[in-house]
Amino acid sequence: MKINFALIGNPNSGLTTVFNQMTGGTQNQGFFSNSSMKTKEGPVRRHKGVNVIELPGTYSLSSYSADDISTRNILINGKPDVIINVVDATSLQRGLYLTLQLMELEIPIVLALNMMDEVVSNGASIDLIKLSEELTIPVVPISASKNDGIHDLIDCGIKTVLENKKPQKIDFCSGYVHTALHSISHLIEDDAKRENLPLRFCSSKIVEGDEPISKALSIMDPELKIIDEIVKDMENHLGTDREAAMADMRYSYIDNLYKKIVTTTGESKEHLRSIKMDLILTHKYFAIPIFLGIMFLVFWLTFGVIGAFFSDIFSIGINAFTNTVSDLLLSLNVSPALHSLIIDGVFAGVGSVISFLPIIAVLFFFLSILEDSGYMPRVAFVMDKLLRKLGLSGKSIVPMLIGFGCSVPAIMATRSLPSERDRRMTTMLIPFMSCSAKLPIYAIFTTAFFTEYRAVIMMCIYLTGIIVAIIIARILNFTVFNGNPVPFVMVLPSYRLPAAKSVWLRMWENVKGFIKKAFTVIFIATIVIWLLRSFDFGLNMVTSSEDSMLASLGRAAAPIFSPLGFGDWRAATALITGLSAKEAVVSTLAVLIGASDQASLSTLLTSIFTPLSAYAFLVFCLLYMPCVATLATVKREMGGWKNAILVVFAQTTIAWIVAFLIYKIGSFIISLNLF
Amino acid sequence: MTLDKLKAGQKAIIKSVGGEGALRRSLLDMGLTPNTKIMVRKIAPLGDPMELFLRGYELTIRLIDAKAIEVEEVIN
Repeated sequence: MKINFALIGNPNSGLTTVFNQMTGGTQNQGFFSNSSMKTKEGPVRRHKGVNVIELPGTYSLSSYSADDISTRNILINGKPDVIINVVDATSLQRGLYLTLQLMELEIPIVLALNMMDEVVSNGASIDLIKLSEELTIPVVPISASKNDGIHDLIDCGIKTVLENKKPQKIDFCSGYVHTALHSISHLIEDDAKRENLPLRFCSSKIVEGDEPISKALSIMDPELKIIDEIVKDMENHLGTDREAAMADMRYSYIDNLYKKIVTTTGESKEHLRSIKMDLILTHKYFAIPIFLGIMFLVFWLTFGVIGAFFSDIFSIGINAFTNTVSDLLLSLNVSPALHSLIIDGVFAGVGSVISFLPIIAVLFFFLSILEDSGYMPRVAFVMDKLLRKLGLSGKSIVPMLIGFGCSVPAIMATRSLPSERDRRMTTMLIPFMSCSAKLPIYAIFTTAFFTEYRAVIMMCIYLTGIIVAIIIARILNFTVFNGNPVPFVMVLPSYRLPAAKSVWLRMWENVKGFIKKAFTVIFIATIVIWLLRSFDFGLNMVTSSEDSMLASLGRAAAPIFSPLGFGDWRAATALITGLSAKEAVVSTLAVLIGASDQASLSTLLTSIFTPLSAYAFLVFCLLYMPCVATLATVKREMGGWKNAILVVFAQTTIAWIVAFLIYKIGSFIISLNLF
Repeated sequence: MTLDKLKAGQKAIIKSVGGEGALRRSLLDMGLTPNTKIMVRKIAPLGDPMELFLRGYELTIRLIDAKAIEVEEVIN
């Protein structure tokens, strides 16, 4: 028989840890895959036929956020056999607030009380038997990070399904709210039955004034009027509005229950430790330097030390393997075209995918630690005021900064952002943060044209990217994202030592996801570029790259760049190859210009660029469409080619306009002969 | 007075939660309901948002949103 667990709870309650302990980290596509939400599904280990889905962490089942509505729909329409509600025992009240709403769904439910080890070590106690009796649902104490109680939880989940034990108690109040709920549930009983919706849940939501539920029930006009009367009556008696009345009712019940079941001996050690750590980490003057220091360290280790070390090892390995295969092919006397396809096409393609892996792995190792330790919400707290000017919230700062390293992991990191709006907007801004692959281009050009002012020019380029991002953010705020931003109401959880297993799994998940989704795109792109570079339009293999299809395309595209000051076909061709990877701009220019080494490239560049057109070229490189790896990631995270193609056009247009302005204004200033 | 007027370390009891829509609902959902005791833990380095302590945990909200919350200061 098949059993489906739905795992749900507050953010930071340990949902992912429970999921990982149950499944061992295995995920697969499953019965909820039609939803666009970031859910995870996997088979429960050692229990054949038992599946678990992890829903995104939430505090409530309101109808205000798209994620919450999807969660509701999954629970109501997807009909999991049992809800496993994970509650952080160290912030019991907030967790139970969601529990009370889940209990109304008429689905069997098990309460998994997580972090019980902390409760016990602090000398506090929770009367689990009483809690279970009061709520009429099974309660299982667990410590997910230590894998304590997970087996009991799975067994209890299965048992609850087999007994089909739904919560008996769904009434948490007396007085006016109770009266209103009761009257309304009589009124809508038939509607709920007809639409196959849980009655008590519907009544609560209608008292709250929940539009989607009202619509789903298609209540008739006379009933609607009566409902309005009932609610108004309740509001008048309580002196408060419907939403506050319901929240207050739930929290009052929880406060009473809490007093009955919890005995504490003061503040917990973990909480006190957290407060002490925050004295430094969110300190008035130290907080921002510490954050920048941490980011610098992560960057330096990722792109400079560890990531670079693995990248080097990988490239040595790939080169050795490529050479072996190349020799083998030569000894077999295969045709030059086939040899080129395998070596310059296939191997180069695989190589470029693999070159990303160490960076993604190392970066996500550090990000997981920052996320799991509880530091990320502090970053949002500290940086919020700055990011708010862009219409974003503090959390977006981390993906944006990663963008200076590489857009691919940066866009993947937007997954931790709280709302779809923030995710999309951050994703669109990240490519303007100049990534490290563009550095070789800047390096060559600044050496050739701006020897004395290299550092200044470099800084100008980075700043141009940031300024353009700010302008774009402003425009996006007025157009695409002109709706209300998601409210910034955020919990600062206690600092915790990240579990090695979850750090490892998250790292692995990202690497695997990247290989799976980006591989084909990057691979095909490399092959296409190879094809264009190696053949002419008659599909004859070319001896000189000047005769290739790519060069012809470059010649065709060159006039587009004339107004920007670099109408030479070699510049255009280099920009086209830059789509496979930005470093390719430099190598293509070198080949087409006939430069044998870096020094001669610098000299030869002066023959097709002036300092001004060189600067316009650099700005164009900074801003124009991102590489295919980034596009593949945009497509994956924003769900579809439409957005990726939009990014291509938007960025290339922006790049053209900015470079055009720089070249024209620059030319004008030079023509004034002020210097 | 309103919540945004409180300084770090000051305690208060919530009287009413104003505002509307998603923001108000999330404030209520997070347990900022009438008669709840709260304390301002600190103000962020750039002067906004603020960190509150309530129901045994820390919550941050922006000053502009705190303006909608009516409180009564508690002096020990």
